[in-house]
This record gives sequence, C-alpha cells and structure tokens, in this order.
Amino acid sequence: MSTKATAINKAPTLTEPTPKKKSPLLRILFDYIKMHRVAFIVSVICIFFAIVGNIAAPVILGSVTTELGNALKNGLENLPQSEIQRLQVMIQTNVFVLIGCYVVSIIGNFAYSQVTAVAGQEYMNDLRRHLFSHMEDLPVRYFDRNDKGDIMSVYINDVDTVRQLIIQSLNTIMICGLTFISVFVLMAISSIYLTLIVIVGGLAMVIATKHVGGHSSRNFIAQQTIIGKQEGFVEEMMIGLKVIKSFCHEEESKRDFDKINAALNEVGTKANSYANILMPILGNIGNILYVVVAVVGAVLNINGVFNPSPMATTVTIGIIVSFLPMVRQFTNTAAEIANQVNSIAMAIGGTARVCAMLDEPKEVDDGYVTLIRAKYDEKGNIVECPEEESTIWAWKHPHSATHDVTYTLLQGDIRMFDVDFAYNPDKIVLHHISLYAKPGQKVAFVGATGAGKTTITNLINRFYDIADGKVRYDGININKICKKDLRRSLGMVLQDTNLFSGTIMDNIRYGKLDATDEECKAAARLANADSFIERLPKGYDTYITNDGGNLSQGQRQLLSIARAAVNNAPVLILDEATSSIDTRTEKIVTEGMDNLMKGRTVFVIAHRLSTIQNSDVIMVLDHGSIIERGTHEELIAKKGTYYQLYTGAFELE
Amino acid sequence: MKKNKVPKAQKVSYLRIAKELSKSIRQYKKPSILSIVFIALETLFECLIPFVMSMLINQLTEFDETGMADSATLLNTVLIYGGILLAMAICSFACGLLSGRVSAKASVGFATNLRQDLFYRISSFSFTNIDKFSVSSLVTRQTTDITYIQLCYMLLIRIAMRSPLMLIFSIVMAAIMAPSMAWIYAILIPILAVIFVYLIHKAVPIFNRVFDRYDELNESVEENVRGIRVVKTYTREEFEKKKFFKASDDMRDQFVVGERLLALTNPFLSFFMYVSMLFIIWFGSYQVLDVNSSIEVGQISALITYGAQILSSLMMLSMVFVMIAMSTACLRRVYEVLIEEPTIRNPENPVYEVKDGSIVFDHVNFKYRPDAEKFALADVDLTIKPGETIGIIGGTGSSKSTFVNLISRFYDVTEGRVLVGGVDVRDYDLQTLRHNVSMVLQKNVLFSGTIKENLRWGNKEATDEEIKEACHIAQADTFVESFPKKYDSPILQGGTNVSGGQKQRLCIARAILKKPKVLILDDSTSAVDTKTDAFIREGLKSSLPGTTKIIIAQRVSSVQDADKILVMDDGRIVNVGKHEELLLSSPIYKEIYDLQNRVGGEQK
Repeated sequence: MSTKATAINKAPTLTEPTPKKKSPLLRILFDYIKMHRVAFIVSVICIFFAIVGNIAAPVILGSVTTELGNALKNGLENLPQSEIQRLQVMIQTNVFVLIGCYVVSIIGNFAYSQVTAVAGQEYMNDLRRHLFSHMEDLPVRYFDRNDKGDIMSVYINDVDTVRQLIIQSLNTIMICGLTFISVFVLMAISSIYLTLIVIVGGLAMVIATKHVGGHSSRNFIAQQTIIGKQEGFVEEMMIGLKVIKSFCHEEESKRDFDKINAALNEVGTKANSYANILMPILGNIGNILYVVVAVVGAVLNINGVFNPSPMATTVTIGIIVSFLPMVRQFTNTAAEIANQVNSIAMAIGGTARVCAMLDEPKEVDDGYVTLIRAKYDEKGNIVECPEEESTIWAWKHPHSATHDVTYTLLQGDIRMFDVDFAYNPDKIVLHHISLYAKPGQKVAFVGATGAGKTTITNLINRFYDIADGKVRYDGININKICKKDLRRSLGMVLQDTNLFSGTIMDNIRYGKLDATDEECKAAARLANADSFIERLPKGYDTYITNDGGNLSQGQRQLLSIARAAVNNAPVLILDEATSSIDTRTEKIVTEGMDNLMKGRTVFVIAHRLSTIQNSDVIMVLDHGSIIERGTHEELIAKKGTYYQLYTGAFELE
Repeated sequence: MKKNKVPKAQKVSYLRIAKELSKSIRQYKKPSILSIVFIALETLFECLIPFVMSMLINQLTEFDETGMADSATLLNTVLIYGGILLAMAICSFACGLLSGRVSAKASVGFATNLRQDLFYRISSFSFTNIDKFSVSSLVTRQTTDITYIQLCYMLLIRIAMRSPLMLIFSIVMAAIMAPSMAWIYAILIPILAVIFVYLIHKAVPIFNRVFDRYDELNESVEENVRGIRVVKTYTREEFEKKKFFKASDDMRDQFVVGERLLALTNPFLSFFMYVSMLFIIWFGSYQVLDVNSSIEVGQISALITYGAQILSSLMMLSMVFVMIAMSTACLRRVYEVLIEEPTIRNPENPVYEVKDGSIVFDHVNFKYRPDAEKFALADVDLTIKPGETIGIIGGTGSSKSTFVNLISRFYDVTEGRVLVGGVDVRDYDLQTLRHNVSMVLQKNVLFSGTIKENLRWGNKEATDEEIKEACHIAQADTFVESFPKKYDSPILQGGTNVSGGQKQRLCIARAILKKPKVLILDDSTSAVDTKTDAFIREGLKSSLPGTTKIIIAQRVSSVQDADKILVMDDGRIVNVGKHEELLLSSPIYKEIYDLQNRVGGEQK
C-alpha cells in the first residue's frame, strides 16, 4: 500500500491560492470551464447553433409575410398568375432555408444538451471527489471545531446548489443570453423606434425582478432559518419521544411545535407568494409591451413615419408582424433569466461554503523519519529489507547535516517532557506534563471529564501539536516522524467505536488491509469477539450499517478491539466504554482488551477503576495537571484523590 | 428493536395515498380552488391576447390592402383593439397576482397542516409504534419529505392546471382560427406525448436509484466525519478516498444515463415545434395565395404562437409528472406514519385515581410483536406492596426494561394482566396512570431550556421550593447551585453541557417532582458514583416512604438493600429474594456480585 497520495488523478485546481479574491461562484464556474474546456466550448458552439432556429423563424416569417402583404395590396383577384408563381417560389425558397436552419438547430440542441449532461455530471463527480479527498486530509482540529451537521450540509445541500448552477442555470443563461442579444439586434434592425419601447419595457422588468426577487429571496433565507430551527426541535422531540410519553408532555410539545409551524407558515407563504408573482408580473409587462408596440407600430404605419431600417423605409405591416413575435420572445427570455435569480442566489451561498471547506489548510506533515521493515544483519546492525524477509520494524532517520542514515528499532518507548498544550492560545489545558512509558508498560489516566486525559493521547498521535515541551518516541522527537508512520505504529480503541458500512470482516480488516481472513478471525478470537460473530446468521459476512446500529454497544466495542488487534501496533491507546454495558459483557470486553494489551505499551483512559489496577503507573489528572502518580497500591496507601475516586466518593464522569 | 418494514404500504395505490394526505388540506381548500380558478382565468387571457392581436393585424392588413380607411378610422380601430388588449393584459395581470398569492397560501398551508398532523400523530404513538420507526426517519418525514410535498402540491395546483388548460385553450383557438391547418397538432401532440411518457417512464426509476445511491454516499461521508480519528489512526485516508471515488463514480455513471435521457426531451420538443412551424408557414402561405381559402397573413403568426404554447405546455406537464413521480417515496413515507394506528388508547370509561402503589403481575406473558416466536417476558407472577423497594438485576436482553415498561403501560401485555393500585392498567386514564407511575428511562433525555423548565416537566405548578427539594433528594442540588445561574442555567440540546452523572440526577429529580405512587429507575444511576448513589437511595427511602420504588441496576450495590431483589434472565424472573438469600440461592446473582467485588490485588 503506497502511502503517497496518487489516487487523485484529476484534481481540480480550486485550492490554488488565487491572487485576487474571486467570488466563490465564479471560482467554481471557472474551475468547471477550465476542467471541461472542450465540453464547454462545444456546448457554447452548439447552443449558438441551437438558437439559430429560434431566431431564423421570425425573420423568415417576417420577410414572407411582408412580401405577401405587398403583393396582396391590390387584392388577390388582381394578382397575375406569374406573380403568384413567383411568390410560391419565394415561399418555397424561404421554407427550405428555414428547414436548413432547423436541422442545424436541432443538431445543436441535441449535442449541447447531451454534452452538458455528461460534463455537468463529470464535474459534480470531480467536485465531490475533490471535496472528500480534501476533507480526508484536514487535521482533526477541523472536525472538532465544526459541527458534524454543517460539514454534512456541504455535501448534501451546497454541492446540490452547484449542480443546479452548472446543469441548469448555466445553460439557461447562455441560451437566453444569446437569444436575448440576437433578438435584440434583429429588433433594432427592424425598427429603432419600436425597439426603444421594448428597452423601456425591459427596464421595467429589471426593476420588478429586483424588487420582487429581493423580497422573495429574503424570505426564503428566513424560511431556511426557521426550517433549521424546526428540524432541531423535531429531532429533539423524536429523540425524547419516550420521555415525552412518560411525562404525558404531548400537549405541551404540540403547542411548541405549533408555534414554530405557524412562524414557518407565515414566512413560507410570503416567500412563495413573491416567487409566484414574479412570473405573472414579468409576463404581463411583456403582454402590455406587446400591446404598446402594436399600437405604436400601427400609428407609425398609418402616419408613414420614416423607419431607419435596411428592410423597409416605413413601418410596414410585415415589420409589425415579424416584430411582435420578437417582442414576445424577448420578454419570455428575459423572464426566463429572471427565473434563475433564486437558484443563483442559492448557488452564491452554496459555493461559498464549498470553497470555504476547500480553503481549509490541509494537515501538514513535514516529518522525515519513516517506519520501515528491517532485519538484523550478521553483525547485529539493523538493515532495511523487503517485507518478506523482515523480522522487525525500524525508524529510518536520515540526517541532513551528515547525509547519514540511522536506524532505530521500533519498541514503543514514549516520553513526554514538560509538555504544555492549548486548543486555543488563550486557554492552556495541559500544564507541565512529564511522563514516560517504557516498552510493554501500561499507563492509566484517571480524572474527571475535562481533566485532559484524552488531550494527552491526542498529542501522542499528533492529532494536535504541543505548544511547549517535547515528546519522544523511541528517543526520536515525534515532530520529526512522518505522521502517517507515527500513526501506523499506534493502535487505538475509542469510546465511540466508529464502525464503517461493510461486513464484519471488512471492519476488522480495517486495521490491516492486506490481512487474510484467517488473520482477521485470529484477531477476533483474541478480542473475544468471535463467539458473538459466529452466532450471527451470516457470521463474518454480516453487513453493518449505521455505525453498527444492529449490534449492541459491547459487541461494537469487541469489534473495535479486534480491529486494533489485527493492526498489531506496538503502542496502544485505549479509551474505555462508559455506557452501561452489563457486568458480564464488560467482563468479556475487559478480557479482550487484556489480551490485546499483552506485550504492548498501553495508554488507558479509564472510566472504571476496576480495569486499571494492574497498570504500571496510574496518573491522576485534574485541570490539566498530573496531581498524583504511582501504582494502584501506592495511590491507595496515599489516601489522596485516587483513593477517594476508588472508594466512590467522587464521580468519574 | 428491529425495524419491521410495513410491506403493505409498498403496494398502496397512489389514489389511497393521495386521499389520505389530502385530508390535511382542510381550511386551505378554498385557496386551492381559488388558485385553480385564477390560474384558469389567467391562462384564458393569455390565450385570448394573441387572438385579439391577430384580429388587429388582420384589420390593418385589410385597410392596407384596400387603402379605403382614412387615418381617423384607422386610429380608432387601433385604439379600440389596443384598449381591449390592454384591458385583457391587466385582467391577466390581476389574476396572476391573485393566483400567485392564493396558491402560495394553499400549498404552504397544506404543508403546515400536514406537518402538524404528522407531529400530532407521532405524539399519539405508543412505544410499539415508536419502535417501528427510527428517529432520523421520523425527522426526515417531518422536514425534507414535507418540503418536497409542498413543492409538488404547488406545482399541482399551478402548472398541472395551467398546462392542460393552456393546451386545451390553444388547441381550441388554433382550431377556430384555422381549422384547415390546426389538424397538424392532432397528429403531433399524441406522438410527442408518447415520446415524453416513454422517456419519463425510463428516467424516473433511474433517478430513484440515483437518489438512493446519493443517500448511501452521504452516509459514507458521515461515517468519515464521525470516525475521522479512526481513519487517521489507521492512516486509511487513501483507502477511504478510493472507496469514496468508486462510489461517486458509480453514482455519476447512473446520473449521466438519467440526465441524458431527460436531456432528450428538449431536442424532441424543438423538433416538433419546428415541424409545426414549417407546416404552418409553408401551407399557410400557400393558402393565403389561394382564392378559395379564408386564411390571412395575421392568422399565420397567431397560429405559430399557439403552436409554441401547445408544445411547451406539454413539456411543462411532463416535468410536473417527473417531479410527482420522484416524490412517490416522500409521499409513501409520510403516508406510512399517518396511517399508523396508535396501539394504546384511553379506555372508554377510564379510572382517574390510583389508590396506592401496589403492583400485581398476574400471569403475564409479553411479546413485542404478535408474530414473534418467543415471549420477551414470560410467566411473570408477582405482587409488590405499596412503599416497597424492589431491585432488579440481570444481563443485557434479560427484559428488565420490558418488565417495568408494562407497569406504566408503555406496552400492553399479551397475556395476563398488570394491576396498579388494584386496577388493571388498561382501565386507567393514561395520563393519570403515568402521572402516578413515574419512570426514569434508561435513555435519559433533557430538553433544551433551563434546568427549571426541564424539572417542571414533572409538575408544571411546582414551586421553587419543591424543585429544590426534589433536587436535594436526587443529589442534584449541590452542582446545580454551583452553576452561575443556578436553576435558571440553560441546558443545551441533548443535555450536552452537563455530565452523564449530572444528567441522570436531574432526570431523577424530574421524576420525583411528580410525587408518584410508583417510581421506577431504569438503570438511572450508572454514571453516578457509588456514594451519591447511596445518598439518593437513602433520600428516596426517607422522603418518599409511601412510594413504591423499583430500581433496575447493573451494580449490585445499588439494589442490595432493597426489600426484594428480582434476578432476571432471558425474559423470566429466575430468583426473588433479599441480598443475603440470593447470594446463596442464585448463581447468576452470585456471579455478578463476585465480578463486581474483586479486591484490588486479586484481579490478575
């Protein structure tokens, strides 16, 4: 298994620091265009062809009707047969031109819609992959600081706004934009005066959109907030449903619910009303415009006003007939663009959050000491060797000054010297922690919630970096050790078991990806997990979902012990389960843990004192300082805090 | 508890679902109908406008051809038509505004009612009902699903009305204006409709699959967010990425198939639109030149407008169908909850008083589901006197919680009966019973609000003094008073700002405030230290002497001074007795006791 990141074959360039602060929306758009350059260019060209039909039809229709109108000035009866034939040929020619335009248009239409369907999905996939792989490389701090729901919302909601943007809005805007411009140009060519009227109408539409759209999106944002609130309330009530029942609190919770529901109703009605009336407003501004253009056109026609146009010197009926559909198209197109306002507003918010996650700095790993497979040569020196020959693990330590490489045996010796640590610079949570754990020793941490037990283990595996002091692993400063290799040498069993969707076998193998089925089963036996697994109908092939929701807490714990067992690291960090496992299950779990601990350096975060009495040393922590240390017997004899905890005078949690 | 799917709901017809859900429209029937009326009017005007328009153009053409009219007549004609058109646009505008408002009112109101109905229905559920659904699925039903249904309802009363109306109006108009050409639509519309139905029929199942995949993908993201420490510990970042990439690629492949299918609707629509336009221009123009035909120039452009309307209505209509087809899953999920009948209801003539805290289990057998093979609780026959303290001990799955759940009638017995105060629990008013049988559940929950608000769940009228007293008994007063705001300190959602032990003690205080006849603690002191635990028991004994106390515990020390200890195993009470008796008579009890009382040095 390579430890280098090679899996991302096509990484978007989003993370490159941009010199100018580009808006996230544009950043995502440009990223899409850059990554799917060919598709984008093809789709723009195809869109251009696609709208040819839309534009050609009114023009050709106009020229046909104008010509017919002129010819019929003196009545159909007076028209000579030769003239009718000429007109028929004219119609035929125009129809053939139109067919040509339509064929081009349909091909363009087909091509761009297919191309963007594929490219859009490709990009969504790229974006998802990029987001996920970036997230995987973020430091633990990020996950501790951000709400899980907020992170999930980026994947669930925000990415979807990008989908809307790229797959729907972008196309609509391009099509409408091009149509809009070409219709406008055609109108201007036909009649400047009438076009001026259309411009006034267009301005009215812009103002209406700004006003109504603004109200609508403000209310939609307010609605989003209330929906969030309601979701929180409903979730709380659903979790506490049984408590509600046992306290007959149904009526009160209904009342509270009704209150939020009423607020949601009010805002929702407003938001949707504004959204609904935008179209009728724009549509009817369009209709009125249509009327005005017709009337003005007629007046111009009657008065024979000069028309500065290459098509005719006056506003002919033909010009009016061809102009009117253009007015309709113009207003429809403008309305269509206005309709995208909401989805663009959403995309602005969504892309901002997507980019915010992508801008989070990755976990830095500047360690250069690596973990390698090795063996002893004849002289008893450690030498690097291929995996199948190796007998030991060793740290490979290149010295840049002398260009020497030294090898140190991986033993699991951990020492901390006067370590201070703060999650936030202004609040130090660990003070002057010094401790050592020789290979094979068991060190237990005891103390109240918030005393700093977990924090110490967070420093050993470098989920966080120390503020002051030194941590040495087998005599090497852990800052010099490559993080991946450091963590490879540490096993961990946490309170939250965090199983993954997959079979039980997959979950055990998580500790060592190339472990054989036999190795996994052996690990399960060691962890005392195999008896319950064998009793499941599908045994090791039982599929787990939802963090092992179908298993009991004790069973999940046993699986996570098996996972650490197959990992077989020399140093272990154990955070014991606190929830009420019954005594017999606890015994099985404890035995599993004891088996796992044999021959390893172990750090235990204790929640039940019964399991740590055989530790080599017990550290009692209080407010980030070690206040007592010693073996169980020594600490009992001392009659200090540990003694009080042990006799049940203090609570552990 | 295994979730048992309701298979019958899978087969339910759309009609039944629609009928059930439409019950929630209630007071929004009027806006819904008004919305349809206004939309119909608006659509009518929208269709009439081009008709009048073409009349105007025809008039103009006529004037132009004959050159008969003087400018006054001309202007008059134009102004009359213009006035009519303007009036129509204004009417259409007004209808549009009104329909926009009432349809928003109707659809948002419908969703509000539906949400309320759902919440109320869930509130009426018994534990049996609750066990059927997971918390997250109940939340989704009340939020995302209903939001989607709201959207669909709005589409239904707006576009699903507008498009067919537009379609019909336009066809009629086209037929009136130029019957000699309008028949082209009689050919085109059915063909296009068939094509759309086919595409939708193909695409919808694909999208439903894609959305399932989407959920799976998001679940795997969630696993990673939650389990990031495990991922990093085992340096599985690259492994997880590969897994995610594969799933994401799979999803894209499906998505592309679906999107490409839907993308076909557009060129098809254009194709048919163009065919009809070509036909009209060509055929129409020829007819204009035909002496025997009545077709005039103005009719051609009007016909083209109607053509565009007809075809785009079809397109809109098909999109609405897509939306509704995709919402089937949401509709079903909501329907499932709405038709779920609460299994426990108040009796006809309920008893409103609980005499005392005596409890009798009379040959009780219990199963969670009628089709379960084994009784979860079998052959329980037991009498508890008022004021007694009963301890219950036993391993996971020994049905300790099941046993106490029957006392406050969270579940109904399958066979036999449970009496409290000498009366069958099924004869009590539920509220009366649960007020007198107070239970601290294993899964303790505090709600967001102040400590005082949480405690008052037990008794709305409780005075500050009573609250203090209850907290004192539960050993919660000391830490509460150490908070800066004391009893007004806020509790965050899920009670995350108090420790496990503190939470448990607050929950006990809440239950004590009810001044119950029976108090049940279901493993409610597991995170409390042994000394405090003892104080709590002491307090209960002295302050609530008449209250029957039932304590389920993992720790022998929590039950060893009880009047009676029940040892449960595999759904049966295997031993009953006092601590000393059980040490001799019950091997299970002895084993648990021994495990918990290993002396320090002897352990290994």
